[in-house]
Amino acid sequence: MARYEIFVTYKKGIFDPPGATAERALANLGYDEVQSVKIGKYVQLEVADGPNALTRVREMCDKLLANPVIEDYRIQSDEKDW
Amino acid sequence: MRFGVVIFPGSNCEQDVVHATRYLGYECEYVWHADTDISGFDAIVLPGGFSYGDYIRTGAVARFSPVMAEVMRFAEAGGPVLGVCNGFQILCEAHMLPGAMLRNRGLKFICREVPLRVEKSVCQWVDLPTGTVVRIPINHNEGNYVCSPDTLADMEAKGQVVLRYCEPDGTRAPGGSAPNGSLDDIAGICNERGNVFGLMPHPERMVDPVANGTDGQPFFTSIVKRLADVAG
Repeated sequence: MARYEIFVTYKKGIFDPPGATAERALANLGYDEVQSVKIGKYVQLEVADGPNALTRVREMCDKLLANPVIEDYRIQSDEKDW
Repeated sequence: MRFGVVIFPGSNCEQDVVHATRYLGYECEYVWHADTDISGFDAIVLPGGFSYGDYIRTGAVARFSPVMAEVMRFAEAGGPVLGVCNGFQILCEAHMLPGAMLRNRGLKFICREVPLRVEKSVCQWVDLPTGTVVRIPINHNEGNYVCSPDTLADMEAKGQVVLRYCEPDGTRAPGGSAPNGSLDDIAGICNERGNVFGLMPHPERMVDPVANGTDGQPFFTSIVKRLADVAG
């Protein structure tokens, strides 16, 4: 079995309403050093071993887990337990 | 004239569509999301609601419902498809319409009547004169439409922008008139052919005069007239 972690974020230039709100809230709390906040999604997948595993995980991201029109994703494979 | 309204798990505006279309004298029946035969219908409506709990993204799971493959075939053959609210989100996720939805700019669920301006478009679901202002309610959390600048220019050139949020007098505020932050005040768009139409406002809620207005009626009567004309 392989484990994958997927990080989904908005593409550059796409306005991120929750991120912008968190950014303002952090500024209100006095964290003036914060220059930008982006909020995305985190997905954990456990996948049975098989051929083309990573290709198929990418396919899952393109089809369902992310919307390529507005989102980018990064896949991280980790042999350790979560 | 027979409308079919698809029910996905989590749809909640299907009864409004049935009431509106029957009120106007048309036939309307429910279509279950697992159905794979929609051959008896002249037009298909994807209603509002929270299909599949809006998990992952609004419309992201519903687009893979068995019925959607049929709806896509129906649309490709020129069949009229209307997506209202969650239905619009599903059409975007299915790439039957360009662009995507983000959460409303103010992170608030917005439920209120808004003025909308009819733009010059190829949409078969709207035969109102360009510039007409209609008042129809919106009721959503993810109606902040977005697409690339190229897509927007392309849609403008091809007459695919159908409705824009506006001020009561039909003008657009310099800072934007969309209560949800929608790109270029876009409230509704159609495909190149004009048979697939998605909008965030709910025209079905402004059909029966008991609802305090009838501005939604033209959206249903237009497509019926159009189909009658085509049938000659």
